[in-house]
Amino acid sequence: MTPYAFEYTRASSVDEALALLDGHDNAKLLAGGHSLIPAMKLRLSNPSMLIDVSGISELAQITASETAVHVGALATHRAVETSEIVQAKCGVLAEAAGGIGDPQVRNKGTIGGSLAHADPAADYPALVLALNAAIKVAGPSGTHLIPAHDFFLNLFKTALQDGEIITEVIFPALSARSGAAYAKFSNPASKYAVVGVAAWVEVDEHGMCTGARVGVTGAASHAFRASNVAFDLSGKHLTAETIAAAVAGMADAHEMLNDLSASSEYRAHLCSVMAQRALTEAAARAMG
Amino acid sequence: MSDYIGTSVKRVEDQRFITGRGRYTDDIVLPNMTYACFVRSPYAHARINGIDTEEARNRPGVVAVFTGQDIVDDGINPIPTGWQIGEDMKEPPHHTLAVDKVRHVGDGVAVVIAETKAAAQDAAEHVHIEYEPLPAVADMNEALADGAPLVHDDAPNNVSFHWELGDKAAADAALAAAHHITTYEIVNQRLIPNAIEPRAVIGDHNVATDDLTLYTSSQNPHLIRLLLCAFVTGLPEHKVRVISPDVGGGFGSKIFHYPEEVFCAWATRKIGRPVKWTAERSESFVTDAQGRDHLTTAEMGFDADGKIVGLRVDTAANMGAYLSTFAGGIPTWLYGTLLAGQYTTPAIYVHTQGIFTNTVPVDALRGAGRPEATFLLERLMDLAAKEMGRDPAGLRRMNFIQPDQFPYDTPVVLQYDSGNYEAALDKALDILDYDAFRQQQQQARAEGRLIGIGFSTYIEACGIAPSAVAGAIGARAGLYDSGMLRVHPTGKVQVYTGVHSHGQGHETTFAQLVAHHLQIPMEDVELVHGDTAQIPFGMGTYGSRSLAVGGSAIYRALEKVLGKARKIAAYKLEAAEEDLEYVGGQFTVKGTDRSVSFGDIALTAYVPHDYPIEELEPGLEFNAFYDPKNFTFPFGTHICVVEVDPDTGEVEILRYVAVDDVGEVINPMIVDGQVHGGIAHGIGQALFEGAVYDEDGQLLTGTFMDYTIPRAADLPMFEVDRTVTPCPHNPLGVKGAGETGTIASTPAVVNAVCDAVGARDIQMPMTSERVWRAIHAARSSGDGQA
Ligand SMILES: Cc1cc2nc3c(=O)[nH]c(=O)nc-3n(C[C@H](O)[C@H](O)[C@H](O)COP(=O)(O)OP(=O)(O)OC[C@H]3O[C@@H](n4cnc5c(N)ncnc54)[C@H](O)[C@@H]3O)c2cc1C
Repeated sequence: MTPYAFEYTRASSVDEALALLDGHDNAKLLAGGHSLIPAMKLRLSNPSMLIDVSGISELAQITASETAVHVGALATHRAVETSEIVQAKCGVLAEAAGGIGDPQVRNKGTIGGSLAHADPAADYPALVLALNAAIKVAGPSGTHLIPAHDFFLNLFKTALQDGEIITEVIFPALSARSGAAYAKFSNPASKYAVVGVAAWVEVDEHGMCTGARVGVTGAASHAFRASNVAFDLSGKHLTAETIAAAVAGMADAHEMLNDLSASSEYRAHLCSVMAQRALTEAAARAMG
Repeated sequence: MSDYIGTSVKRVEDQRFITGRGRYTDDIVLPNMTYACFVRSPYAHARINGIDTEEARNRPGVVAVFTGQDIVDDGINPIPTGWQIGEDMKEPPHHTLAVDKVRHVGDGVAVVIAETKAAAQDAAEHVHIEYEPLPAVADMNEALADGAPLVHDDAPNNVSFHWELGDKAAADAALAAAHHITTYEIVNQRLIPNAIEPRAVIGDHNVATDDLTLYTSSQNPHLIRLLLCAFVTGLPEHKVRVISPDVGGGFGSKIFHYPEEVFCAWATRKIGRPVKWTAERSESFVTDAQGRDHLTTAEMGFDADGKIVGLRVDTAANMGAYLSTFAGGIPTWLYGTLLAGQYTTPAIYVHTQGIFTNTVPVDALRGAGRPEATFLLERLMDLAAKEMGRDPAGLRRMNFIQPDQFPYDTPVVLQYDSGNYEAALDKALDILDYDAFRQQQQQARAEGRLIGIGFSTYIEACGIAPSAVAGAIGARAGLYDSGMLRVHPTGKVQVYTGVHSHGQGHETTFAQLVAHHLQIPMEDVELVHGDTAQIPFGMGTYGSRSLAVGGSAIYRALEKVLGKARKIAAYKLEAAEEDLEYVGGQFTVKGTDRSVSFGDIALTAYVPHDYPIEELEPGLEFNAFYDPKNFTFPFGTHICVVEVDPDTGEVEILRYVAVDDVGEVINPMIVDGQVHGGIAHGIGQALFEGAVYDEDGQLLTGTFMDYTIPRAADLPMFEVDRTVTPCPHNPLGVKGAGETGTIASTPAVVNAVCDAVGARDIQMPMTSERVWRAIHAARSSGDGQA
């Protein structure tokens, strides 16, 4: 359908965008438009003004420091997928970005838009949880960091406040003895995750697991960390057996979504299968 | 130069399609045009107690707001169905817009016409309709239950018709005496057609001449004009022109006469301006006629040797809320008559009842009845083979009708004209390397891998249809077609056909046919279709009839053109007609070098200075009507090999072998393309597609986020091949290729997945979850191979 009538304006800096947000009720930021525009065309979303931030080029940068990879909020999925920095320092993120939607979606959609939208079946949420990323936010009262595990609150609901903008996502660089992987079971229609599991593990020189994080998306009303799996694995050698034992029954069917694409029982099962696959690959990479 | 038949010429229409220069109905913008937005029912069943259009009328840009009563008051009749099934068929009125009640979600209630599409959509939200929701039935079993809500008060028990075919007593006796009976309860789920181009209509009334032009994205413009004029509006046919420009797919859904066509034709006269409507995708989901949706019990009896002795079938077919144009014919004549398949089954009986529900109407969808029949037979064959411990290929082979039995009269009316089923089966087995496959399968199973194979040896009846037969079985139309050749003075040719391509590449195939026989370059031939003002008459494209019927008509016109050209040549060369041969685009006096080219003859025909004017009219233009003598009967063997992921239930198709016999082939590449698309469609039904309504009649799969159509990445490389058994009764020897893939492939895939996981049956679409559950069920019942 045709969206309801709306005003449109471009912001050329973060400050300008913040000022525009501040000056308008019911205004929305427009980044890649690949979540917002479809919702507007279905008349499910009805902003009175769109503030197009896609021209703010400094928000599209991907840079690296000693300890982290900084991905600008406007980096497209395609930019993340093909970034040499991301590939070298945080390869799993590039892999996951390459599995989002289709080429058109990847060429337009942005990491900031994806996180702000917080679709329960989006891919990045699992990644930011497993990789312990921090989401950098600019707002009327300055900038601050939100740890990934505090970010996702509910269906399409995040810790982002009205009037705030995501400017950057900061991923800690993977250490030599760590590895990460993402396993996604796609909805055959939408290609979003029915269940997607991102796993990060770190091992000591003996191959003992010194840290693990498992981020799960698609399964529940919002992405979550499966801390029980991580807890189970710590201090253990990562073998097929220990991984299988840790993931068995990791998700409670009662907490899973139950819809046309998958029952809650099947989703709970898929959590275990996808976690096993992601952990197995992550462990291999950590010990690689 | 002119040896075009059998050549994979690239499709001439593709240049404009793939560069975005196709011209579809929605691309047409007329001066002073207005835009219509339909206000559609959110309820599956409700009484309309009042409609307040006042507020909508006053919204910016609004030109007019109409309701169903306005149309009825103008004497517009309901939209008829085109197929009568039995004397007692209940055919409740299907109004352009609902008048008293709405009967499915998406039923039109009012229309806003405005200066822009956006204004119409905005104002549509201000039409206030007072609904009194009524209990709804979406499910056929519920519709048939005692005390079920009635979709139409005058259709008791929600039954539209009962229909039967075959010899019940013989089938009962055969089953009673059978050595083995395989019983199968089938849910053949509902599909949504999803043409890539949504339906679109423009009504354009010329106030000065009183001519009406209706642009519509349709597979058969002439039928639309006939229904619109003769049945619905009473407008004189000669004042109505229906144009279907480029049509972006249909799969059957654009055969039918829809309310939006009637509305735009009516409304343009009311407001004196052109009125355009283009479906939103979400509207397509709830207004395009849907397909399949059968509940069936089938029993097949075998003797001790494995020979089929009898088949008994009972089917409930969901018609949805109204009878669409071909609705009744699909689960009856296009279904029951196919139940012999490739087999010598001596006794067959089928009973079908058509059921009303509060859902979108159901009608022909690619294959139309024949996929349902084939699914039933080919699943039964695999199930029976398992139950009797026989090889599924061997069981089929021993039941095949043999080549020397043709023409073969089945117990369900049809006379198969030709066939050689074993040849296709053998070729497919060969391509697959069946024996080697069975060994690999054994080995893979030993490793815990779930690999399965499924067969489908199918037949279809297409090239519809002999008009007398169509009439005898209740079709309210003839099913011939017309072809006209207009040779211009320079020897260039326009071909006018009553069939209409919506993706099949007619502009290429038909040009090849004509260029081949006239022995002129293809570039000199152009096809004209989709316009009732230019084409004498036609019945459109569906039922894989375009080449078999429309092409045969063109061939008849070609004969007339060449016959007259020969007469002109004989005059010019001062020779007897019999002494001429036509080679390389030249009439030559045999054994001499005296010749005249086709172009010269054309020029002579139009500049008849030196011409046998006493015996021959000037000009070189002929039309021909062709009524087929019989259906055509493509057949073949499809084999599918799958691997199932035991952890997730995901299905991967490892190999797909298709050997089809579509008779003579004019453009092998186009036929392969049709077969590929058809297989993809059939795989879609097996693995991905399925319309789901909740108990209130809400369509839950109303977007592409929820309704899965197969994508290229979901499909394997198809291994397609052919055998060629020409159709003996049409001049081209062709049969039809547009539906074979869809008809054949669905059971092959289901058979393969069931074989892989050791399940008797898995409900379609076989989603990963359903397959995962089947794996568990098979394991816990102990008969799984894993
Ligand atoms: C066909 C299709 C398939 C898809 N498949 C997948 C998939 O497989 N996996 C997946 O993860 N996603 C998928 N997506 C979603 C896609 O990744 C979106 O691009 C993404 O969710 C939103 O990013 P965007 O830049 O397009 O945001 P927009 O649509 O522009 O905005 C989305 C929301 O975020 C807000 N927003 C945007 N940028 C910011 C910012 N910097 N700060 C604060 N708020 C902001 C907007 O105001 C809006 O509310 C798919 C989308 C489509 C259309």
